[in-house]
Amino acid sequence: MKYDLVIVGGGPAGLAAAIAAKDNGIDSILIIERDRELGGILNQCIHNGFGLHTFKEELTGPEYASRFISQVKERGIEYKLNTMVMDIANDKTVTAMNSEDGMFTIEAKAVVLAMGCRERSRGALNIPGYRPAGIFSAGTAQRLVNIEGYMPGRRVVILGSGDIGLIMARRMTLEGAKVLAVAELMPYSGGLKRNIVQCLDDFDIPLYLSHTVVDIEGKERVEGITIAEVGPDRKPIPGSEIHYDCDTLLLSCGLLPENELSKTAGVELSPITSGPIVNDSLETNIEGVFACGNVLHVHDLVDFVSQEATNAGKNAAKYILEGHPAAAKELEILPVDGVRYTVPRYIRPEVMDDTLTVRFRVGQVFKNCAIATYFGDQLISKRKRPVMAPGEMEQVILKKSQLAEYPDITNITIKIEEA
Amino acid sequence: METREFTCIGCPLGCSLKVTLNNGEVTEVTGNTCPNGDKYARKECTNPTRIVTSSVRVKGGKIAMVSCKTKEDIPKRLIFDVAHALENVVMDAPVAIGDVVLSNVCETGVDVIATKSVEAR
Repeated sequence: MKYDLVIVGGGPAGLAAAIAAKDNGIDSILIIERDRELGGILNQCIHNGFGLHTFKEELTGPEYASRFISQVKERGIEYKLNTMVMDIANDKTVTAMNSEDGMFTIEAKAVVLAMGCRERSRGALNIPGYRPAGIFSAGTAQRLVNIEGYMPGRRVVILGSGDIGLIMARRMTLEGAKVLAVAELMPYSGGLKRNIVQCLDDFDIPLYLSHTVVDIEGKERVEGITIAEVGPDRKPIPGSEIHYDCDTLLLSCGLLPENELSKTAGVELSPITSGPIVNDSLETNIEGVFACGNVLHVHDLVDFVSQEATNAGKNAAKYILEGHPAAAKELEILPVDGVRYTVPRYIRPEVMDDTLTVRFRVGQVFKNCAIATYFGDQLISKRKRPVMAPGEMEQVILKKSQLAEYPDITNITIKIEEA
Repeated sequence: METREFTCIGCPLGCSLKVTLNNGEVTEVTGNTCPNGDKYARKECTNPTRIVTSSVRVKGGKIAMVSCKTKEDIPKRLIFDVAHALENVVMDAPVAIGDVVLSNVCETGVDVIATKSVEAR
């Protein structure tokens, strides 16, 4: 089988990349999706609040997905469901399998990685206690309740205040469960303010910051959870324990880009984001392999996933039609002083688009600070931000015309400074 | 005189808002850094509303549940009533996005509509 472009993943990133590639002149496209329908995780995110940036209205996850799915179908873009990609070779041969076609290979001219992310599991969290039934990731519980129609439990404690955990606190409550508490290890929540108010405060669910789970009881099924306050060293403080009789523990402790396929393909990953290191065209170190969405870095809003994936699709189309630009000068974007990483990491001033959105996250909560951008040692811009938090993405827009005025610089620095 | 406290959801700043009421009338909002905070606090005090989202069973569909939402905001105090009203609703496949799941839910004048299409099995 041969396709110009293979897109691995049919969630928001894969869909937007496919649409953009088609609109930029590529007809031979295949989206490969492992689930039974397109749309990815949006299908189980039935709450509203999606698409304010893209559509100027608040949609639910399935509605947001359906707008992109219809565009894919209108354009006649091919896709395979229930199909798992097993391997991507660095010559862009994609090996996949499903129960109809068996195992098959596709030779692609370009590949877009859009596999998304997964939740940090109990095993990765090192929680002491027994291993009974009743411990779920928040996303698993979300799928069970919203798509499969099962209630995971009746009395619930949630560890981690990520958005999915907060959303599930409300969802389980509305379905008749009692959510006893949300415990967050950090002194601040990783979730959006809006979710704290509308998912916890609205239902009088307590949020304990600087708390973690120190014991899980029950041999067959969860019978009780003990949480305790942690000190600045994040170690439990003796005497601060609170015990809950409950049957369920949900975990909402962060998301990790799912890059097993990227690794075996030889894609270089960032230890900070766990996603590929890319240049301004969202291309990885392997020519013709692009990445976008949560597989690249975990986003806060799906609107930004769609924007990023549109660029990845456009750039993949350009690569297929025009090949690689002649070796151009590459500048590294250095994240320092509170900026944890940037996507992209490298920028080529001569071949970049007229503007480039550089996205990043900060490492802690900053109040009344500014985002400063330096070309070499020269301060180029300083933008005041009343508040920045690790839970929300920040951005800087770089202009090609402005970069052209500094032909001799070797790097760009983005940092947080006093306002 | 009565005071109520809110956290503003307008932006990540999350201002702690304090509202002073006199006989149910808002007399003062403090703690906000912008006009949006004032507006939000007044609405939360006098007429708080929410969109309610849920999912209901589908008979004969390719998947077991279809997601749904109130087409418009409903009064916040009716969130649980709306959730209860949807408890035993069963849709017949196929369901198209926008189909009415429950009309005039809890006498609010607002319909609950499907937010997803589910094909028949």
